[in-house]
Parts: sequence; C-alpha cells; structure tokens
Amino acid sequence: MTKKTSLGGKLYTALVFIFLYAPIAVLIVFSFNSGKSTSVFEGFSLYWYKELFNDAATLSAFKNSMIVAVVSSIISTVMGTAAATGIYNYKNKLVKTSIMTVTNIPMMNPEIVTGVSMMLLFVFIGAIFGKTGTLGFPTLIIAHVTFELPYVILNVLPKLRQTDPHLAEAAQDLGCTPLQAFFKVMLPAIMPGIISGLMMAFTLSVDDFIISYFVSGTTSQTLPIRIYSMTKRRVTPDMYALSTLIFLAILALLIVSNIISARGDKKLSRKGGSKK
Amino acid sequence: MNKKSSLMSRLAGAPYIVWAALFIIVPLCMVAYYAFTDNTGAFTIQNITGLAKYTDTFLLSIWLGLVATVVCLVIAYPLAYIMAQKGPEKQSTMTMLIMLPMWMNFLLRTYSWMTILEDTGLINTVITSLGFEPLQLINTRGAVVLGMVYNFLPYMILPIYTVMLKTDHSLVEAAQDLGGNKLDVFRNVTIPLSVPGIVSGFTMVFVPSVSTFYISQKLGGTGTILIGDIIETQFQTANNFNLGASLSFVLMILIFVCLAVMNRFSDDDGGVIL
Amino acid sequence: MIKRLSSVIFALFIAFACMSPAVFAEGEKDYSHLKGTTLNVYNWGEYISDGQDGTVNVNKAFEEKYGITINYTNYESNENMYNKLKSGGANYDVIIPSDYMIAKLVEEEMLAELNFENIPNYKYILDKYKGLYYDPEEKYTVAYTVGMVGLIYNTTMVDGTPDSWGALWDEKYAGNILMFNNPRDAFGIAQLYLGQSINTNDISQWDDAIELLKKQNPLVSSYVMDEVFNKMERGDAALAPYYAGDFLTMHDVNPDLAFVYPKEGVNFFVDAMCVPKNAENKEAAELYINFMCDEEIAVANANYICYASPHSLVLQSDDYDLKGDPILYPADEDMPKTEMFQNLDYETQQYMTTLWNELKIEGNTNLDVYIGLSLTLVLVVAYLIYKFIKEKKREAYY
Repeated sequence: MTKKTSLGGKLYTALVFIFLYAPIAVLIVFSFNSGKSTSVFEGFSLYWYKELFNDAATLSAFKNSMIVAVVSSIISTVMGTAAATGIYNYKNKLVKTSIMTVTNIPMMNPEIVTGVSMMLLFVFIGAIFGKTGTLGFPTLIIAHVTFELPYVILNVLPKLRQTDPHLAEAAQDLGCTPLQAFFKVMLPAIMPGIISGLMMAFTLSVDDFIISYFVSGTTSQTLPIRIYSMTKRRVTPDMYALSTLIFLAILALLIVSNIISARGDKKLSRKGGSKK
Repeated sequence: MNKKSSLMSRLAGAPYIVWAALFIIVPLCMVAYYAFTDNTGAFTIQNITGLAKYTDTFLLSIWLGLVATVVCLVIAYPLAYIMAQKGPEKQSTMTMLIMLPMWMNFLLRTYSWMTILEDTGLINTVITSLGFEPLQLINTRGAVVLGMVYNFLPYMILPIYTVMLKTDHSLVEAAQDLGGNKLDVFRNVTIPLSVPGIVSGFTMVFVPSVSTFYISQKLGGTGTILIGDIIETQFQTANNFNLGASLSFVLMILIFVCLAVMNRFSDDDGGVIL
Repeated sequence: MIKRLSSVIFALFIAFACMSPAVFAEGEKDYSHLKGTTLNVYNWGEYISDGQDGTVNVNKAFEEKYGITINYTNYESNENMYNKLKSGGANYDVIIPSDYMIAKLVEEEMLAELNFENIPNYKYILDKYKGLYYDPEEKYTVAYTVGMVGLIYNTTMVDGTPDSWGALWDEKYAGNILMFNNPRDAFGIAQLYLGQSINTNDISQWDDAIELLKKQNPLVSSYVMDEVFNKMERGDAALAPYYAGDFLTMHDVNPDLAFVYPKEGVNFFVDAMCVPKNAENKEAAELYINFMCDEEIAVANANYICYASPHSLVLQSDDYDLKGDPILYPADEDMPKTEMFQNLDYETQQYMTTLWNELKIEGNTNLDVYIGLSLTLVLVVAYLIYKFIKEKKREAYY
C-alpha cells in the first residue's frame, strides 16, 4: 500500500527536516571551529575534540549523568515491571483506576512543577532533621526514578494484556511455583515491553534538565546542568564536540538496529511467514 | 489463578504504591503547603491572592503555548499523513530521523538557534549581504514560539503518525467505494480517526511549552518573561519558596483545566467510530 | 606570551616544591591528613585561572599539591549563591560573594570564623581592603578581587562618549541596550542616575527608581548577567553596564568596545573568599584560601580574570599583565565617585524584590494576547455547545 508522494509532499517533507536539522548542522560545524566562538567560524580544527578530554568538569558531569541514568533506569524498570504485574492483577476497579491516575500525574504535570515539588519535599525533610546539604545523588536518583516509572509501567502493561493468562496457570499445573512460573513463562513474554521501558527510562534520564536542575546538589552536577551553567556565560565548542560524538554514536546505533530488523523482516518473509 | 500467585502479584505492586505515595502525592502536598503558608509557616492565602499581578504573565504563557501547539499541529499533520502513506522501510527511516534530534541536548540545540537568529547571526548575515536591512529576529515572541515549535514538534508528529498507522484502511476504502471524493474522505474519515493522536500530541506539546523557562530566557527578551521564568527565579535566586509554590500550584491547576477541556474534544468524534 | 612565561615559572615552582618537601614543610603546618578529602568550591563563572591557552590551572595545581579533590561549581549572581546556601539543599566549603552579600550572610550567622593560622598569606592583602564594613574585626573574609561598575559601549554604534548613565535611557539606542539581571546592580544604576544613595532605606526613593527602570524596560533588549560577554563581543548590543574587569576580557575579543565610568558615580565592590558555617571541610577551605593568595597563583588569577587585585605582591609583580591599567587602577584625578553597597534592612530588601518582579513582567500586557485568548475561548465554547446540541438531536432521533 505505498503511494507515490507528490512533488509538493516531498518538498514539504524536506522543509520540515531542514527545520529539524538546521541547528544541529550549526552545532556540528562549530564543533570544528578553531576559534573559541560558537558563532564566528574561524577555520577548521579538531582542537575542541582534544580539549574535550582535558575538560575535567565536563567529563565528571558526563560520568555523573551516566551513573544517575544507569542506576535510576534499572531501579525504575524493576519496580515498574513489578508494579505493572500488580496493577494487572488487581480486581478492584476503583483501586486500579486510582493507581493509574496517580501514575499519570508525573507525565501530565509540567516538569518544572515536578522538580519544584521534589525539591520542596527534600528541603523540608532536611529542615526537620536540621540537616543541610540534603540535595545530592540520592535525591537526584529518587527524582529520576519517579518520573521514569510511569513510562516503564505503560510499556509493560500492554504486553501483560497481550499475554495469555492461562500460560502461567499451565506452568503452575505442571509443577512450577508461582515465582518460577513468573520468571520462566511470563517474563519472557513481556520482555519486549520491559526492554523498551528500560531504554525509554534511560533516555529520559540522560536528557532531563528541568527536574535535575531543582534537585541536584553540590557534587551531583549532571551534563545538562553543566551545559546550562555554561550557556549563562559562553558555551565553548568542546560541548558541541561532545554532542557531535553523541549524535554520531546514536546515529550509528540506529542504523545498525535498522539494518538488523530489516534483515529479520526479510528472513521472516522468506520463510513464508504468514504472520505479517 | 490460584490464591497464592494472585497474592504474590498483588504484593509486587506494593513497593510502587508506597513510592508513588511518597514521591508523587506527598511532594504535591508540599507545593500546596508552601503555597498556603508564609515564611514562618503560618497559614495565609496572601500568596494566592497576590498572584493577581501575574495574570498577564499567565495569559501570555498560555497564549504562546497555544500558538506553538497549533503551529506544531499544522506542520505535523501533513507530515504524519505523508509518512503513513510510505512503504515500511521509508517509514522506519523517517521515524528515526524525527527521533534523532531528541537525543541531542535540548539546551544546546536551543543555544544554536541563537547563532542562527542573532542580530549578527546566520540569517541576518545572509540578509545584509544581499543588501537588505537586518531583521529583529531574536528577543521577540516569534523567536520564543519558534523555539517551542522546534523543540516539541516531534512530540506532535509521532502520536498522530502512530494513530494513522493503526487506522483500519478498509474504512478509507469503504468511504471511497461509497462515492466520497478525496476531500470528503479526508474530512469525514481520516481526520476524525486521528483525533486521539491529535489530543495526545496537543498534551505533549502544550504542557512543556506553557511551563518552559529556558527557551524564553535564551530566545526571548524583555516582554517575553513567562510563568516558568518567574517560578525558576523564586527557587533559584529570589529565595521566595512560598511565592514560587503558589505560582506552581496555580499553573498546575490551569494546565489540568486546559487538558480537561481538550479531552472533551476527543470524546465523541473519535470515540464513536473507533 | 607573558601568560605563558608565568606558567613556566609556576611549573618550576611546583616542581621545586615537590622535590624538596623538607624545605617546604619548615614554615608550614602539616596538612597531610587532608589528603583524599573533597573540597566544594562555589565561585562565579570564569572567575579563576582554568588552564586555557597555557594559563595556570589553579584548581588542578591545588589538587596536585595537597591531594585534595576539588568539586568546582559556578553561580551567576550573589542572590543565586545565597539562595543555594539558604535553602539548605547544598553544602559548600569556599564561596566568593560580594560585600553586601557578605554583610547579609554575617548578619544571618551563616559564615564560619576563619582560622588565620591556616592563612598566613593574608598578610599580603592591602590594608585598605581589610576590616571593611562587612567584616570590621577581620574574622570572616579574605578579599579576592575588587572593582567598579562602568558603562561598556560599542564605538561603531554609539556617537561620542556616553559619560552619563542617561545613555541607558536614550531612545536612540532602543533595542540595543542591555541591563543587569540582578536587582541590586540594576536599581543601583537607576539610583545613581537619580542622584540618590544606592543604600537608601526610604521606600519612596525606591519607587522613583522603579519608575525609571520601567521607563527603560521597552528600550532594553534583554536583562543579562554573563550573557553580556557574547552579546557585546558579537556587536549585538550598543550599551551595557558591567564590571570593569570583564570589559578588558571583552575588549580582547572585540576592539570596537570602549569603557567609561559615568560621571554620576559608580558602585565599588569587593568580592571576598569566605567559608560557610556548615562547611564540611573547613581546614581544607582555609588551605585553599591561602593557596589563592600565593603570589604565583594570585598573579595567574589576576591575569586571567582581569579584575583589580587587592594583593600587594600582585601589584608589584612583573608577571602581572595589567599592572597600572588605567581602567582598573585609575589615577587619583581620574577616580570616579564611588559608593559601596551596604546590606539593606529586611523590609527594604523584600520591597526591592517585589518591585523587581514587577519590572520583569512589565510589557507582558498586550492587546493581541487578550484578543487571541478570547477568540480561542469563544471557539472552544461554541464547539462544545454545537457538540451538545448534536448529541441531543441524535438522542431524539433514536
């Protein structure tokens, strides 16, 4: 069912993509600037790529970002998967809807309000115990887990619904304990949902600026926060170099996964798979 | 399912319920608490009543958010339509190309718009070298809307595209068989069927646009201070948590009202047919 | 070139120091127990020599010398720093606020008394920068930089010398004026222009100042702090009030820029190093402060930051690039009228913040917003009514 796109349609698509990629092109070009500026191009050089690896503050911010993303996405995936199986099994309609409503709050609420509300909670608890310096890695990870959880749950729930509930029962009839039944039968069935939830959680965590901005402390500066404090004065092209590297890595990753899935599709159709 | 396993799976939800109560519900209560107390902790409604002077700022934020959302819709709808017509391989490439920019830090992408829009930036360099007067692009409301559209456009394209993809094509064919011309089919079948996508796209663009502070700080000037800027200032420099909390509280309620109104649109048209 | 030379000398100095620990330890206390600890330094952006272009990387040098890890973060204004400290969310060991903010911190008992035994280099600070009003008994602070606020202008866009703050209200430059994005400095300029004291506690005088700032608002292209660098260097604005030292940095990039101290008078400020009361590593903090007052380090910082130095050895040093610079160190006859910020009383501070918020949302009012929103509202309501009627009709039909 492929229709030929009209010339106008092609032109339109091209324009939208130019709009989406114009600033990224600017960013990549200026990462090769030999001068210090991000707006006047003085000549081609790889200086900033070298400089990037000497910039201790940026590298440690990058490291912090990675730590927070890995830890928070793992916690949220485990807890979210458990939560999804729980929610799926609740029989009481009222309980179910109220849990889902609460789950939707972090997605509907403006990020700034989520960030502010978390900060108020942490500062308030700190004040109760008469402690200062409450904001740091733990609070950052708590906040990230909180806003990642709904996405994990929403990725896992549909997979649970698709799975035949009799599968687990059959496994138990065959002598599995409920826990074994879950791990051996249900888990593989919902795995695609868990993985896409994990990936989404990781991405959201790496990208997040607004919430982290309010809940991070002295030693837990993440990359977006570092970038923000740089945009207050001047962004040096080594930041652009870092994003160019990240951009290329993601691009490569996407292309590879695209090729793999395309091959998989072909194999499937060659086998005469009637599934599609 | 036997009792034991259902008890277990119920218990599985328990940690999340505790977590959600502690870190979703309680923080919102904290916002309300700070909104209705003064800096000594005594109850007051002065914070809320004092917000009257920020009415214009609220209105401006909502207006710019609305404009950005509508512009996103106008740009995204045809693109999603074109995408949905393509072959599966082209589709996945295009989806990838739309998602790719979202992986780049949005602060830096917005910052590089400054390079393009500045008085001595790329566009104005071209304009002046062609012999025209330079344009005032940055520090305007237009620039802020542009920043919003740019940052959140993918959130409008993807949901509409997904819904269009799921659309049962036999409905379109049936309408054509029944003698509808192209425009009729588009108006009476395609658009109503894509309403759920439009609604979720609307939410995903409108909410971050209304509450942004970074975009207005970088691309806006005086006269484009949004409610997000004011909230950010209260928490980051002015040290007035009570005012900041009351602004957040009202913003949250306003956004929920807007979303509730928006949801009224999806109830019938989409709902009846699906 | 001079910068590079001084860094070579510095490297030699460090090498020497490391090779002969015995000589080194003689006059100094033993700080080896601090090895492996972390020091949280909270400073203004680009306010320390950071190793770019062959300059000395001060933090790295400190880390290498003492084995203490530095966690270095930036703030953009005194208020921003105060807020982080006050909210109790984060702990810092060394901060570098300005005079009036120090007074406020002292008043609120948020600073720790320094142990000057750990800061022997304090003796190099010029006497005129010791015991100032915010720290009369010399208990809390060690001056880091001093300076004045002036008017930076782009000579290609401004005719003549704008020697009055009034230039910032000149309609000729509408859309090309930048203004301070912090209440104290912004009000300060308005008050100087009005001929008031910048420390008045008289509410009606603040009302006059805000009137003036509101009058300026439509002419201002944006309120900035350090964003001023990029904008002025690129020629995106004609006029900006900012700190004298920063002008020298901008001038290096864009030679079209010039600087003047307006005749109505200017603000004179001192930024000093302090240790907050809840610091977790106070001894290392004092060590750091002492290190910053080391001759080589102080010269490197003064060369990098370009602010005037309160350090006696820096002023005499041959490695100091800005020795006797006419803008940083004007001769007595060129010295502008100056006034320092004092800490305002609490009510005035609150009043100032309220006025400042009002100023920021000035200009949000616009007819097109009202019209646009009302139209949207009408459309939405009309649609909902239409839908309601349609549903009713359908019900009747069934």
